[in-house]
Amino acid sequence: MFGSKGDRRKERLDRGIKVRSDGVYAISSWREITYLIAPRLLFILGLALAPLALGAAPYWQRVISIICVYALLAIGFDFLANYVGLVSLGGGFYVGVGAYVSALLNTHYGIPPLLCVPLAMILGAVICTILFLPCLPLRGVYFAIVSLMYPLLAARIIEALDIFGGTDGILGVDGFPNIWLEQYILILSVIVIVFALRRLVEEDVGLVFRGVKDNDQAVKASGINITVYKALGVFIASSLGCLGGAWLTHMYMWAGLSQFALDFSIIPIAATVVGGGGTLVGPVIGCLILVPVSELLRDFGSLRIAVYSIILTAFIVFKSEGIMPYAARKYEQFERWVEI
Amino acid sequence: MDIIIYGIINSVSLALMAVGFTLVYGVSRLPNFAHGALYVLTGYLTWLLMYRLGLNYFLAALLALALTGLIGAAMYQLVLIRVRGMPISEIIASYAIGLAILEGLRWGGLKGGTFRLPPFIEGSVLIFGVSVDFQRIFVVVLGSALMGGLWLFVNNTKLGLALKGMAQDERAALTLGIDSDRMAVVATAIGSMLAGAAAIILLPLGSIVVESGYHVLIMAVAVCIVGGLGSWTGAVFAAFIIGFAQIITVVFLGAHFQVVVALLAIVVTLVSRPSGLFGRQKELEERV
Repeated sequence: MFGSKGDRRKERLDRGIKVRSDGVYAISSWREITYLIAPRLLFILGLALAPLALGAAPYWQRVISIICVYALLAIGFDFLANYVGLVSLGGGFYVGVGAYVSALLNTHYGIPPLLCVPLAMILGAVICTILFLPCLPLRGVYFAIVSLMYPLLAARIIEALDIFGGTDGILGVDGFPNIWLEQYILILSVIVIVFALRRLVEEDVGLVFRGVKDNDQAVKASGINITVYKALGVFIASSLGCLGGAWLTHMYMWAGLSQFALDFSIIPIAATVVGGGGTLVGPVIGCLILVPVSELLRDFGSLRIAVYSIILTAFIVFKSEGIMPYAARKYEQFERWVEI
Repeated sequence: MDIIIYGIINSVSLALMAVGFTLVYGVSRLPNFAHGALYVLTGYLTWLLMYRLGLNYFLAALLALALTGLIGAAMYQLVLIRVRGMPISEIIASYAIGLAILEGLRWGGLKGGTFRLPPFIEGSVLIFGVSVDFQRIFVVVLGSALMGGLWLFVNNTKLGLALKGMAQDERAALTLGIDSDRMAVVATAIGSMLAGAAAIILLPLGSIVVESGYHVLIMAVAVCIVGGLGSWTGAVFAAFIIGFAQIITVVFLGAHFQVVVALLAIVVTLVSRPSGLFGRQKELEERV
């Protein structure tokens, strides 16, 4: 290895503008302000304008809503895995619980969809948190396996006991009054949630979360109850999943067993790996790439899951940092070869 | 009597499904989530070799086993070795490989009940007044033989002892000149072949379907967790506990609850006794 490249190594340095915009000089000129705001604005405007740009293709407009649902799940997964240290493979469980709660509220109590969704988000998250409470002492692989079992178990129990409509699911759920309302509320919630969570993990509570992830014994020794914080983390992540599930229910006007499906567990994980874990924006970008790919491959049936898995494996093995950290590095730093 | 005989058959099948998974995990601490996929793959390869190339059943099965072993080894050598020591990446990567194999097979035309392996010998026999077909007897006999053979292999051959050493203490094994990466490749290959052997013994009871890949994976994970990950005796005991529990629920509650039992067993075990029935105590602190 040494010598083959003439004893050189790659050096990375922060760009001047990055250094300046880290500090108080950020507001010194429009250039610095633009440098800071441009990527964020690109993200917000890109998401917000997408439905308008695709106005001529209703099918792809629907895809944007699906992207947002998956993005919510992926953000939840990323937050839980990289900030709280709980790798939850059971995204399908959150979606399923959210979907069923919302559908039941709507069909049994006649609550309108726009009120159902926030209610289902809170109620569903409470249900998920309570059900996950016994598993919270587990870590790593063990939590991952248990959480993988939850959606399977829930689907089997509903099937076996024939409750909530059994295998037919709950039919006759009301749809949203207006397609634009449907899309923009969802897009707005994704944007708000991304920036809110990014803020949250920088606050004191975020510090404790990361402490729980890195060294829970130390957190315990500081007199902080780690179970409370883990439960809070699960509550936040599952509320995002339930929001997505509730939204799906009213979009398809149906809640059923397929909302506990493996797709909701796998695609968000793939999106997080591809987009870059720990960034909270990365998962959204991952979804923006993966979900359309999967829609394009819809004609090939189960091949799309195979393609997905190959992309996922390739990213884990060859580019484990993901797209977002890579792009951020290119944006903030320049590289050059230096002699050793 | 029904319960006892079918309980034993079911338990041995479960043990067969789980033994490969627990071997790989025991040796290299790698949860091989592609286990179920390798199971289905071997069945399909045997079918292909038999009906497309016209090989004899026995030869086809052996060749399919060898191929599966190679695929398992390649999988470890090319992909999994790079993510070793990162448990979550290991799970995601091996699960993704498994999904790719399974869904690729489904896309390649493996659907419906048209793919069947013939039983070794047709017919059935009455044991204590319960009718049991020969294939199920083969499951018990071959399953026990396979596990006995594995036990002998691990305790009496040099390679087997090296694997055991790795499983007990990787660092100590390294100081004694056991190449841990090579052993992990060997373990993955053997584990894959065990999944394949289970497929060849069990698949003649039904048809080769993609779904059984997921089912086998869930069962293998359930058995290994209840028994304590990486513990072989634990896995066999757990297979009997879950196997009998399943048959009893089928008799008294209905077939729907069969999988619920296994899943509940995982959740209850992990929550109450994370290291499983026979898991080693020292690992407890890593988990909880």
